[in-house]
Amino acid sequence: MQIYGTEITSPLLLGTAQYPSPTVLNAAIEASGTQIITVSLRRETATGSGAGFFDLLQQNDCHILPNTAGCHTAQEAITTARMAREMFETDWLKLEVIGHSDTLQPDVFGLVEAARVLAADGFKLFPYTTDDLVVGEKLIDAGCEVLMPWGAPIGSGQGLRNPDALLSMRAHFPNTALIVDAGIGRPSDAAQAMELGMDAVLLNTAVAKAGDPVGMARAMALAIKAGRAGFQAGPMERRDMAVPSTPILGLAELG
Amino acid sequence: MKIKVNGQMHELSHPSPTLALTAALAKLGFTNPALATAVNGLFVPRDARADVALVDGDQLEVLAPMQGG
Repeated sequence: MQIYGTEITSPLLLGTAQYPSPTVLNAAIEASGTQIITVSLRRETATGSGAGFFDLLQQNDCHILPNTAGCHTAQEAITTARMAREMFETDWLKLEVIGHSDTLQPDVFGLVEAARVLAADGFKLFPYTTDDLVVGEKLIDAGCEVLMPWGAPIGSGQGLRNPDALLSMRAHFPNTALIVDAGIGRPSDAAQAMELGMDAVLLNTAVAKAGDPVGMARAMALAIKAGRAGFQAGPMERRDMAVPSTPILGLAELG
Repeated sequence: MKIKVNGQMHELSHPSPTLALTAALAKLGFTNPALATAVNGLFVPRDARADVALVDGDQLEVLAPMQGG
């Protein structure tokens, strides 16, 4: 898939939070085969908490995708985006403007507002959005070449709550990279997203909070690959009733 | 001079009513080069820090790289 002119071959984007240790994080990144990892910015502490993580980031070849997680207004997201661009030396940005603290649902009004400002400022945006087509159109109008609809609330692991809406997005935005972000819990959820024609899946908690994060990173990569291959192969239509798969013609009369 | 740094009030002893952001960061002990700064909600690029003068009551945010999803 082409993302802002960059060819990305792995359809798995991986978050870097909540792993048991930096060693496990590194191993999960490797096992997943990802080429894009998400990162964030938080308040520096007196002990220099960010330095170790920054060193870890230098050790792998992934593209860095900073987020604006935790921002509740367009202005907060805009300021955070500019800080992230300087820190990580990239104009890629996972744009999040959170509208509701229980569901962590995107505030799509603030999201579009921030996207307009940041796209005009040269950012290449990966907006975390809902599956609303109208919002998607406005984000594309603002300059987004990628849309990241939620599958379910962040960190919930509920899988795809509204697959029909994702199908509609695929049909409505055939030339836009669609990445399901948030809500994936199991490999089957990731496979389902890919079977619907999504271009990629962004995961974090499902891998980081698995019993064996490295094993789950591998499982997710396989599921995503299988789902993609299934989409490309064209799944059969569902039927309401049974249809025998073994031919009736030539059936012996034995009764 | 009193300024709010990452949500906490700090009293910085300083003779003049303004203090350059670069000097404030040094006084506050932020020595890690991988930092990004904002004053009163607006981003201050690294090479502009010497030109930004903090005054009493300013709010400074000093952010570092962190794991994220």
